[in-house]
Amino acid sequence: MGITDITFYALAITLLSAGFLVTVSRNPVHSVLWLILCFLSAAGFFILLGAEFIAMLLIIVYVGAVAVLFLFVVMMLDVDFAALKGEMARYFPIASIIGIVLLMQMALLFGSWQEAESARSLRQAPTPDIAEMHNTKALGMIIYDQYFLLFQVSGLILLVAMIGAIVLTLRHRKNVKRQDVVAQMQRDPAKAMELKDVKSGQGLG
Amino acid sequence: MVGLEHYLTVATALFVIGIFGIFLNRKNIIIILMSIELMLLSVNINLIAFSSFLDDLVGQVFTMFVLTVAAAEAAIGLAILVCFFRNRGTIAVEDVNVMKG
Repeated sequence: MGITDITFYALAITLLSAGFLVTVSRNPVHSVLWLILCFLSAAGFFILLGAEFIAMLLIIVYVGAVAVLFLFVVMMLDVDFAALKGEMARYFPIASIIGIVLLMQMALLFGSWQEAESARSLRQAPTPDIAEMHNTKALGMIIYDQYFLLFQVSGLILLVAMIGAIVLTLRHRKNVKRQDVVAQMQRDPAKAMELKDVKSGQGLG
Repeated sequence: MVGLEHYLTVATALFVIGIFGIFLNRKNIIIILMSIELMLLSVNINLIAFSSFLDDLVGQVFTMFVLTVAAAEAAIGLAILVCFFRNRGTIAVEDVNVMKG
């Protein structure tokens, strides 16, 4: 057993146990932390498989953004999680049955699976030799060339998601004073100030 | 020697854990969203494993697209959740019946 195999098994055990703990953990903050461990061990997998760029992307996007977003929402919402978790024992049998049935189906499929002979000849973009070009450069070469339209569309998806999230969570409170720039610009000295000629001995009336 | 089958087994197990999590936490939508993230992660592991063992870069390109969609989905899902919590004061999925769908 080489160092690669030992690393694989260590990462696999970490990944699966962290994934299981995400679902059964009583405290949702712990769930998010186990989810982060899951993403980190998956990034380790990707490095083992030679996809370094995706591994770094996974750490930046998932651990840096998505998991922190989850953590933020979990901590911001004042929810009684103990009450939600109380129902867990009721759903445990049905969830286990569905999981085991699905696992058995996948195992059946796996037993009869074999690689097609023509699989290697059907490759779209064969990986260049690592001595010739590193992973990030090779990926960039095909993303900005063959998959340029899809790349642009995925950027558009992120833009729509960003605008959607802002629109959904934006609200104007009634009792908070806000700066109204247009009203400030339109302000006219003639209307803002009025001069009165007050006679002596009399008030303004 | 670790082969393609080993990676596919781990990915399958992670996918089943994700589905198990959805059914186990029927009421807690935050954990449901996390389980969906786990399932998307297992799909990514599958794509990268095939990409690596077939020496085809397209799998890695599509992993990036799955990653993009997963990030967008998490952002929108959590925004809807915050909005819902603000209006109703709860996040129980069973209370989501305003539209009577």
